Amino acid sequence: MSGTTIALALVLGFGAGVLSGLFGVGGGVLFVPTLALVVGLGQLDAQATSLAAMIPVVAFGAWQQHRAGNVRWREGIAVGIASIVGVTGGAVLATSLDEQLLRYLFAGFLLLVAAQLVWSTRRP
Amino acid sequence: MPTGKRTLLSLAGIGIASGFLSALFGVGGGIVVVPLLVLLLGFDARAATATSLAVILITALAGATSFSLLEHVDWDAAALVGLPALAGSVAGVQLQRLVTSRELTLLFAAFLVAVAVVLVLE
Repeated sequence: MSGTTIALALVLGFGAGVLSGLFGVGGGVLFVPTLALVVGLGQLDAQATSLAAMIPVVAFGAWQQHRAGNVRWREGIAVGIASIVGVTGGAVLATSLDEQLLRYLFAGFLLLVAAQLVWSTRRP
Repeated sequence: MPTGKRTLLSLAGIGIASGFLSALFGVGGGIVVVPLLVLLLGFDARAATATSLAVILITALAGATSFSLLEHVDWDAAALVGLPALAGSVAGVQLQRLVTSRELTLLFAAFLVAVAVVLVLE
């Protein structure tokens, strides 16, 4: 990785954090493009690395929400444990797909997130 | 169906769906966890958002571990974007109290569409 790439990744990582805090979306939708387009990882590695990259942000957020008394841990842990089953299936599928197809699917997912954001701004 | 059983099935279903989406796309899965906790289990928005972070922590740990075993995780790159993101998210939450607006959210949605287009063309 060149110095420029490292500097750009640091700035975009910070920016991804700001946007995720500001709009309440996960860091993943921004980490994956940063890792793929700037750091130059393949689509699958970018997605896998995004999961690792979000751990500090999510751990800190969960801790803050816990201190505020907002987390329902029983349900959270139950859903979290069930998610491990889904993760296994998703990982098998992701690793078996062609990376170009995976990238198109991810782009489609971004459009869904954008649509959800637009929907959230509708006036009551 | 008895309430207890329905609750258990809902918890399991939300987890499996969000875990699948998370591993398939490298995202947290909040986009499905938050609305489903509200719709299926009657959480209010604040509890749903807060609880989704606890869920995503477990999901992300499981996903990162699985993909790491398959040698797809670049830990240096993860630290490179993940650690500054931690600082950024603190700033973002503070900023949210000052500047959320409909226009800003629409602008961000347009930005995501642009990113999707770049990803497809690249």
